[in-house]
Amino acid sequence: MSERTTTDRRTLLKLAGLGVGAAAVPGAVVAQQTDPVPQPGAAPVPAPPSPPSGHDMSAHAAPAPTGVAPPAGYIFLDSDEASFIEAFVDTLIPADEFSAKGTDLGVAAFIDRQLYSGWGRGNNMYMQGPFREGTPEQGYQLALSPADIVRVGIADVNAWVRKAHEDNSFDTIEDAVRVDVVTQLEAGKIELKEVPTSVFFNMLFQLTMDGFFSDPVYGGNRGKASWKLLGYPGVGEMYSDKIAEWRNKPFRVEEPLSIQDMS
Amino acid sequence: MATRLPPVDVVIVGSGWTGGIAAKELAPTGLKVVMLERGKFQDTSPDFLAPQSHDALKYSRRLELAQDLSKETITFRNDMSQTALPMRQYGFFIPGSGLGGSGAHWSGLTWRWGEWEHRMLSGTVEKYGKSMVPEDMNLQDWPISYKDIEPYYDRFEKVCGVSGKAGNLRGRIQKGGNPFEAPRSSEYPLPPMTPSQSMLMFEAATKRLGYNPFPIPASNCSDNYVNPDGIALGQCHYCGHCTNYGCEANAKASPHFTMMPLARANKDFELRTNAMVLKVNLDSTGKRATGVTYADARGREFEQPADLVILGAFVTGNVQLMLHSGIGTPYDPKTNSGVVGRNYAYQSLGGARVEIDRDTYMNPFMGSGALGTWIDDFASDNFDFAKAGFIGGAGISAGQNSGDPLTYHPTSPGKPRWGAGWKKAMAETYQHTMGVGFQGAVMSYRQNYLDLDPTYRDAWGRPLLRLTFDWQENEQKVMAATFARCQQIAGEISGKRPAVASPGRAMAGRRFSSVPYQTSHNTGGAVFGNDPRTSAVNKYCQSWDVPNVFVLGASALPQNAARNPTGPVGALAFWAADAIVNKYLKRPGRLV
Ligand SMILES: Cc1cc2nc3c(=O)[nH]c(=O)nc-3n(C[C@H](O)[C@H](O)[C@H](O)COP(=O)(O)OP(=O)(O)OC[C@H]3O[C@@H](n4cnc5c(N)ncnc54)[C@H](O)[C@@H]3O)c2cc1C
Ligand code: SF4
Repeated sequence: MSERTTTDRRTLLKLAGLGVGAAAVPGAVVAQQTDPVPQPGAAPVPAPPSPPSGHDMSAHAAPAPTGVAPPAGYIFLDSDEASFIEAFVDTLIPADEFSAKGTDLGVAAFIDRQLYSGWGRGNNMYMQGPFREGTPEQGYQLALSPADIVRVGIADVNAWVRKAHEDNSFDTIEDAVRVDVVTQLEAGKIELKEVPTSVFFNMLFQLTMDGFFSDPVYGGNRGKASWKLLGYPGVGEMYSDKIAEWRNKPFRVEEPLSIQDMS
Repeated sequence: MATRLPPVDVVIVGSGWTGGIAAKELAPTGLKVVMLERGKFQDTSPDFLAPQSHDALKYSRRLELAQDLSKETITFRNDMSQTALPMRQYGFFIPGSGLGGSGAHWSGLTWRWGEWEHRMLSGTVEKYGKSMVPEDMNLQDWPISYKDIEPYYDRFEKVCGVSGKAGNLRGRIQKGGNPFEAPRSSEYPLPPMTPSQSMLMFEAATKRLGYNPFPIPASNCSDNYVNPDGIALGQCHYCGHCTNYGCEANAKASPHFTMMPLARANKDFELRTNAMVLKVNLDSTGKRATGVTYADARGREFEQPADLVILGAFVTGNVQLMLHSGIGTPYDPKTNSGVVGRNYAYQSLGGARVEIDRDTYMNPFMGSGALGTWIDDFASDNFDFAKAGFIGGAGISAGQNSGDPLTYHPTSPGKPRWGAGWKKAMAETYQHTMGVGFQGAVMSYRQNYLDLDPTYRDAWGRPLLRLTFDWQENEQKVMAATFARCQQIAGEISGKRPAVASPGRAMAGRRFSSVPYQTSHNTGGAVFGNDPRTSAVNKYCQSWDVPNVFVLGASALPQNAARNPTGPVGALAFWAADAIVNKYLKRPGRLV
């Protein structure tokens, strides 16, 4: 399946209860790190990705998702937005030999729930005006909450896609074209109408990553797929008796423990 | 209209390390002491119990234990020609809130500053002459010597159960410790923490290069420990959820359990949480504080009369309260006069990442906030300033803090960040990367300062604190030279060159950015000194202008060092509390 029609998309939506994405700290380029001991390796390197070659996202023999199925139905996203987010997370997290695709791991559902949370609504951001454009060093200065960024940005991107790709929307273009659009968004090559491209991309990128990596208690990372991929033992381990014994040997557990597993 | 409450003897603002220490020391005097903390009440049980306390999204990304920026934040600009704009989301520092303050979720690196770091001006001028100090640098000494404060460093380390290795015991250099350390009267209370693979590799490489690696002194206990006050601390689990998280094991020293239970055991001590102090009230002369006004959780305002007011509201809170209340003359950068807001400084943080062979494993999830190995060869005045062309330098380290995939999922440079090939690249890298990082000293300058913002207000209608700050030439040089040094060490570790810069960090040649998190190590704004023209408080941290106000914390430090500040902050709080109990209470009035 290389192209989905609008009808296909609607059908898909009805059939699968897919989640929506969660937004990241607006404008944040690197993971928010507070390191104590300067540990530079800890921040993801924002090197431009070598553009992935076109791929059929459904073709890979992905490990079947395990764990609690993502919640059916969206709270924040409307159906067009949901289709966008699903296509976005599956582009960033395609099915391959390492994991199922983003939607099957609950990443879209995670994003939906995060956008509807107090955080998504900007509850702990300073939102008083006047809103002025600042220097890059002054950071995020828009009146948009994370949820607004995603909502307005989706409309912006879809408007761009409609013009550039004959009435398609982001979720109905071919997979390879979508990869290209995301690559251009990341590189800031597409100009959006309302939301600065980097703000929109970084937000959705961070939300997708957060949905892939955070504890499954939030609805993403189904079956602890990303933790198993990296060999992360989960949140229950205590290592005082292991740090010396396992030094320079990979410490792995059969089944990483999540908050849900331990509650 | 604020409701007036019955008067008390002492009001303490804030329950972090400084407020906590003051509370614990003053509560047994029999005075009526009230502590006002803007954040919520919290305790190890139930608030910091695992597994919920290991929720990376909640604590590391959403910063659950930080100040609520929707209510108050700061504004920022790089220089006076710009219009400052609010820090609308968490940026370069993360001010803590709730019982224990930042002390509840700090990392635990617990330093004594080096001898030079207590007397930067005279130490520099003696060795290199006046010309070494740029004209716009407001370099000044502490008003007390390392010797004066040494017993208080010792006390703070014993309270925290600091794990480390002495490098200088009463003048004798000790093997395995920091040979540049100032003389200590006693060994650390606990032996160093168990090193990770990355630390051993850093140690070996720096030794080969002729440097002097040692374990970072850590308030993450290497073993079970009972401190001199009878408080039990547990052994660290190396759980990897430390910085920004509360500790389930009471292994990370925090005022919420080392100070508050002792203060609260006194019947005349009262803790009020969800109590946001808005102002210190002065009498008509402006020379005496009559108490404070605060708002409770519902927004009701109360006036709490008190004879003595102790501010422990972190650097930003202290300076904001002083400026808003009219305590001391505000600093004016045009004339370099006035004192409140003067000498703000920060730290630079950067480094290089190291690609490790695929047969070497890091287990990055085994770590703690302060687990690391450090070299001081290029910090303090341990190197030749004249040759380097700058003063201050930087500490260089490698450590292991957290391998939680939410915040740690590196890929090698040039590899995809998403899509095809990305997961493979991550899986290949997760166990095989480390970093070599630096923490650079930052001097104070005429043009870097704090004042009140003319436009933006907090939820209670008060002007926000405005920060004007940029890297200056000296700091740019520190960053450039130290980054090269990090690359050298990274190359020595991996056998590959060149190492790649860590993104999002301080980099020479760029302006200071308030966007990426760097450190929460702000200093200055209400510095202590012997001259009321260049200091807001005297050597006991007592306001020169309003002597029944004491101002505790890193706001007192005249410049920033190449290491974390809480060692001196804790020691100074004990020093000031001692002066309050043994001098001020006997004869209230100016101590100097
Ligand atoms: C994530 C993080 C990691 C850190 N790691 C290290 C480290 O490894 N080593 C190190 O040396 N330092 C570290 N620090 C810094 C360290 O936490 C601080 O130096 C130390 O806690 C300062 O103590 P304090 O009492 O001055 O302020 P805080 O601990 O911040 O306490 C201030 C308290 O005052 C309260 N408050 C503020 N304003 C008001 C008001 N108006 N009314 C009522 N209450 C108010 C706050 O809610 C808070 O509880 C770290 C800081 C952070 C945030
Ligand atoms: S790493 Fe150690 S000190 Fe830090 S939170 Fe975990 S158990 Fe506590």
